[in-house]
Amino acid sequence: MTRLNVQKTYKIFIGGQFPRTESARYYPINDGAGNLIANMCLSSRKDFRNAVVAARKAQASWAGKTAYNRSQILYRLAEMLEARRASFIEEMEVLGLSKKASEKEVDHSIDRLVYYAGWCDKYTALFSSVNPTATAHFNFSVHEPTGVVAAVAPEDSPLLGLVSVIAPAICGGNSVIVLASEFKATSAISFAEVIQNSDVPGGVINILTGNMKELVPHMASHMDVNALVIARQGLDEKSRNAVVENVKRLFDWTLKVNEQDPYLILDLQEVKTTWHPVQQSASGGGGY
Amino acid sequence: MSANNLLQNFKWTPVDQMGVDDRIARIKSRSIKDQTKIQGLKMALNMIDLTTLEGADTPNKVSQMCYKAMHPHDSMLGLPTVAAVCVYPTLVKTAKKALRGSNVKVAAVATYFPSGQTNLQAKLDETHYAIGEGADEIDMVISRGKFLQGEYNYVLDEIIAVKEICHASNVRLKVILETGELGSVDEVRKASDLALQANPDFIKTSTGKIGQAATMPVTLVMLQAIWDHFQKTGIRVGMKPAGGISDAKSALHYLLMVKEVLGEEWLTNEWFRFGASRLANDILMQLAKQESGMYQAGQYFSKD
Repeated sequence: MTRLNVQKTYKIFIGGQFPRTESARYYPINDGAGNLIANMCLSSRKDFRNAVVAARKAQASWAGKTAYNRSQILYRLAEMLEARRASFIEEMEVLGLSKKASEKEVDHSIDRLVYYAGWCDKYTALFSSVNPTATAHFNFSVHEPTGVVAAVAPEDSPLLGLVSVIAPAICGGNSVIVLASEFKATSAISFAEVIQNSDVPGGVINILTGNMKELVPHMASHMDVNALVIARQGLDEKSRNAVVENVKRLFDWTLKVNEQDPYLILDLQEVKTTWHPVQQSASGGGGY
Repeated sequence: MSANNLLQNFKWTPVDQMGVDDRIARIKSRSIKDQTKIQGLKMALNMIDLTTLEGADTPNKVSQMCYKAMHPHDSMLGLPTVAAVCVYPTLVKTAKKALRGSNVKVAAVATYFPSGQTNLQAKLDETHYAIGEGADEIDMVISRGKFLQGEYNYVLDEIIAVKEICHASNVRLKVILETGELGSVDEVRKASDLALQANPDFIKTSTGKIGQAATMPVTLVMLQAIWDHFQKTGIRVGMKPAGGISDAKSALHYLLMVKEVLGEEWLTNEWFRFGASRLANDILMQLAKQESGMYQAGQYFSKD
């Protein structure tokens, strides 16, 4: 007996849930041959605003988890993605990627999550410092998460590009709102299903689909966003100025995003330096 | 005045829950345009009873909240003050002093807020005490236990006794029904109709001390009770939803609801209040957004 295909409705991912865009707008995504695969949500500035509220709410407790626990959760993401490897490859082939390219995309995404899972409890130890002083003080610099990060993922690498933007940000205790690849967005929303099943607290990762030119000015000007990562060509001058006006950290990862690199974690960290007096043991006191 | 006489003809109106939900869904889907939104937000700010009701409250915390009540956000011009601050009786004097020279009122919760579990005399004594300290308004709680037992006379007698003390000193009275403990909208309507027999100045949804605080359905039912009471007696009673309203958008929905059910005469802080603490900052953030075009961050607004 023939049966009708049951098509998946791809929605967006905000605060651990899958709402539709509040704007009720959509755009079509086609396969390699030009046939319609799915209608995706064309996210609006209000969807972005809602995502920022969710991300802000989630950030402090995410940063407050132990580095070890964050590491476990990133590794869990990799496990869950591995379990769905075949379906991700199939979904990407439908988008028009070759079988080989699709396999590479998924395998590298899994490996990259494991890579950043490993870094969670190591980057502070490796990059913090005890600084020289001329007085009886400890002076040390440690890393703290920037806070809420907005990011634009690459267009051509639908899964690996997305993972490469998300992982360094959440590894360091930030929460993120990512704009996924516009015309290969199906993998990104399927990845959101992986996220939802991986102990990542709701709101730590939020994924929107839509148009970069429309959303980036709002990402740049929103005062509750602490950093903006652009991993796709096309940041306009007006948005660049809005970033500067809002004392926001801006990073261009267009060329860096294909590498796995602990310095991407550090991009989204702030360095806090603290003085602490030490009692000199020579003074005859109890020492420290 | 005796409750027995009042209650002889006490009939409450049953409520159609589906109808209530449907009406609220329509109110919520209404679009509010920029200028209306700005007016509405300023109006809502001016209707807030800025509230702190913690065991850990100190005079300094209350003074600081009073400053916020008078100066919600000094870097923005043309903002109103909030309507009142709402505190425990022991902190009324502190609040009164801090608010000297402003129009912001001091409301005190009394009658053994939040549970109300004591005898009538103790409740009246506490009311006297709060008024003696200088409270302009009293927020009393009804005896929910007695209400649920069906002892409506007892509940109404209590409200009347407290009201007589308040009105003898020109103090306005708000009656808290604690709707989250009443069970259904039918019971809410019944409690509203009961409390309205005493003609208080306001009826109020909640203490904010239990899980379920003000909701739109409950508020709609209470507003409708106020309207029916007004039609019957010509006596105007105010409304105060309290607890759980923390964003500007819901505040606007509540205002729409008041306008639809009661009309514009109720759209002033003499007859409508929000009991809230976090709402003020969200309203300020939305007003700043309307002014600057940029979404705001909580860190640029004083906490209290």
